[in-house]
Amino acid sequence: MHLPVIFRITGVLLTVFSLTLLAPALLAAIYGEPTIRTFVIAFAITLSSGLMMWLPLRRFKDLRAGDGFLVTALFYVSLGLFGAIPISMSVPDLPFTDAAFESLSGLTTTGATVLTGLDDMPKSLLFYRQLLQWFGGMGIIVLAVAILPMLGIGGMQLYRAESPGPVKDTKLTPRITETAKALWYIYVTLTALCALCYYLGGMSIFDAVCHAFSTVAIGGFSTHDQSMGFFDSSVIESVAIVFMLLAGINFGLHFTVFARRNPLHYFRDWEVRSYLLLLAVVATVVIAILAQHGDESSRSPVRDGLFQAVSIATTTGFTTADFSLWPGAAPVILLLAAFAGGCAGSTAGGIKVIRVLLIYLQGWREVKRLIHPSGVFPIKIGNQPVPDRVIEAVWSFFAAYVIIFLMMTVLVMLLSNIDFVTAFSAVGACLNNLGPGLGEVALNYQALDAPVKWVLIFAMLLGRLEIFTILVLVSPAFWRR
Amino acid sequence: MKILILGAGQVGGTLAEHLANEAFDITLVDTDEVRLGELRDRLDIQTVHGWASHPDVLKQAGADDAEMLIAVTSSDEVNMVAAQVCFSLFRTPTKIARIRSASYQTREGFFSKEHMPIDVLINPEQVVTDNIRQLLEHPGALQVLDFAEGRVQLVAVRAYYGSPLVGQELSFLRRHMPNADTRVAAIFRRGRAIIPQGNTVIEAEDEVFFIAAREHINSVMAELRNIERPFKRVTIAGGGNIGERLAGSIESNFSVKVIEYDRARCNVLAGTLRRTVVLNGDATDRELLLEENIEQTDAFCAVTNDDEVNIMSSLMAKRLGVRQVMTLIGKPAYVDLVQGGDIDIAISPQQATTSSILTYVRRADVARVHSLRRGAAEAMEAIAHGDAKSSKVVGKALSDIDLPPGVTIGALVRGEQVLIAHDNIVVEADDHVILFLVDKKHVAAVEKLFQVGVSFF
Repeated sequence: MHLPVIFRITGVLLTVFSLTLLAPALLAAIYGEPTIRTFVIAFAITLSSGLMMWLPLRRFKDLRAGDGFLVTALFYVSLGLFGAIPISMSVPDLPFTDAAFESLSGLTTTGATVLTGLDDMPKSLLFYRQLLQWFGGMGIIVLAVAILPMLGIGGMQLYRAESPGPVKDTKLTPRITETAKALWYIYVTLTALCALCYYLGGMSIFDAVCHAFSTVAIGGFSTHDQSMGFFDSSVIESVAIVFMLLAGINFGLHFTVFARRNPLHYFRDWEVRSYLLLLAVVATVVIAILAQHGDESSRSPVRDGLFQAVSIATTTGFTTADFSLWPGAAPVILLLAAFAGGCAGSTAGGIKVIRVLLIYLQGWREVKRLIHPSGVFPIKIGNQPVPDRVIEAVWSFFAAYVIIFLMMTVLVMLLSNIDFVTAFSAVGACLNNLGPGLGEVALNYQALDAPVKWVLIFAMLLGRLEIFTILVLVSPAFWRR
Repeated sequence: MKILILGAGQVGGTLAEHLANEAFDITLVDTDEVRLGELRDRLDIQTVHGWASHPDVLKQAGADDAEMLIAVTSSDEVNMVAAQVCFSLFRTPTKIARIRSASYQTREGFFSKEHMPIDVLINPEQVVTDNIRQLLEHPGALQVLDFAEGRVQLVAVRAYYGSPLVGQELSFLRRHMPNADTRVAAIFRRGRAIIPQGNTVIEAEDEVFFIAAREHINSVMAELRNIERPFKRVTIAGGGNIGERLAGSIESNFSVKVIEYDRARCNVLAGTLRRTVVLNGDATDRELLLEENIEQTDAFCAVTNDDEVNIMSSLMAKRLGVRQVMTLIGKPAYVDLVQGGDIDIAISPQQATTSSILTYVRRADVARVHSLRRGAAEAMEAIAHGDAKSSKVVGKALSDIDLPPGVTIGALVRGEQVLIAHDNIVVEADDHVILFLVDKKHVAAVEKLFQVGVSFF
């Protein structure tokens, strides 16, 4: 354990990220909003705290193997808490718990909100929420690795602790810094394209940029209480569907497609195929349920069903209709689809399609083994055999995910008097970085008790950092080493 | 002609034997002194002990005046380097090399004068694989050989008692099947060749070689044997190079199982093959075969690198109820032991390789040679050149061509057109003539027949 180094790096990161608070401050100045003061104060606090951690410890250099987990986790927590300062200062009568919930919900791209009356809030604050999601989407650590050469060798450990998916050692380029840069270039390009499309689809520039942030980050925050339903435009919804789909695909694959200039690579990838198949099945079933019931809670089964299926299954969490009121199995199907989530290496949450695919393939292998007892059946993704080590890891991940999900559901119900559907969906929606749940948390998390909110914040962090990064930190063995 | 053979393994040794018997001057190079000694005692050849790709060794072996290099050492790389050395230092005109790895063959144009100067690549594993694949596609055939890029095939079948043609004269064949034109090239009865005439009667258990256009093969076979169900389930014993290639090439059309002894090799196989079921175990393990429903299997191909395992597992599979077993047998002596017993087809890897090399040592312009019945007989696709004056075949009707004894013309290929041989067909220049020689000693006479006379020049 080398706490000085860890604090130094956290300090560096905080110092750098304090600069991001200047963007909403500038916006507040342009719109002439009083929040300019809060953002400047928050900037000052964050910057000075960062410098206080950094400067006295700047002699300590080398990050040791294994400390990457701690830095990553610590940074998410500290940035989330410092990020809560402007929210808590600019919304009157908001408890700090709620501000922290909102801030971490943004940073982990969950998109669960405790705020209401968004339409009347200062634009700079709304922009700030979207910005938090945008940074959280590709990953603040990846960004830091890309722009801070001083992280150097330690970069790979940090990158590994943050990047989602079962195989974490894949680099797109020989140097980790270049890889991180490439990822961010793609991310920024996608965001810019998305904003442009939203603008052409009829949004104001402000809304277009804000929604592009939360779409490509698969976050789900909106600048309106009604979320995407506010615009009531099939063009905007189509744009959102396309970009949610794209953001749910491995960014490494985007890189390959971009480098080779051949979109066919998307369809050669087995994870993407399974991902699209899964979404198609979920959308079809949901549309069928809606069409069969002819419920008035949705305007058109195909339009609402498709949008909601893509939005929920990719763990974005935009809504055009209150899907929790939909008939039959539809809400549960959507919520369960979010457990699968997007592809590894994307901005989506959930267990990730590749892990679900590997678990499915392994089940199928057991069947084949019963038929041919002497058979040798490796698990293959496409033509590539998957090492047993990865499969073990996938199983452990899946088991840990399910156990933690169940334990937290019970814990939430113990802490406060809420019904099972609410508890189940709230924990699920936070762990999967989805956002909206069912029951009492269908639209807003305001009503929950403070302890429950802290549990959910923890669930969001577990989900974003894929459990083991956090789990390592709570194991005594890590601290004793 | 002086020929340099590098590598005295199974292929090199068999090749040396064949070619030495055909009056070529053979020099054999290998690192195994003992093996060289054995061959030198048995065959009339020269041997050189040393590393086959080293220029000094090659020089000592007479690369200076050799007309052909045949590099068949066990290493692709040695073969390639030897070919390069012979090209650059000794200007050897024809270089044939065995290249096993498919990886070297992915890029077109690599094996050319500018880069890796090899004129002919041979790949015994690929030849054997193609062989077995064709046998699987024609159930009941003992041998299927391609001519003219597969437009014409020569097929050997054993006539069954009770099938329509048995007990009939050959001329009946033409009347019986007016649409499917075919010609019987040779009949082997109890190991002895019979030159087919119009009044020859086919008997049960005869081994009949017939030539037909590819699309007619199956209907002709149905006349000689009762109609066979196509093969569906195939079990391959041995997951070596041949087993892997074979499984890979047929797995989309057949339901394939591969039995492999080595666990690590199984993992590799299961990784590269898509639909094949890879089984880890011993091909001679009766319980394993029963567990995998061997009695439901249509064809069992034993292609391990161990002759004994191949033979024993094939015998067991046949006994347990497999319809047809095919066995790869390297040792010529074993072929005699098993042929005609429980094992339906014995495949000799050397024979396949020898065939492909013989094509290049023939003096006439020969497009394809297949060595048959362990080198005793030969089928040849020769190209007729010249005109009526310079050539002994061009411009003549088939009945007028003065063929050596035991030689029949089976078919002609003129451009895209396939002409089954009839007496009145006249040979034109550039026709591909497919001949069947029941006795190989007449090869020289056939070569002479197709060489263009002096007036051509």
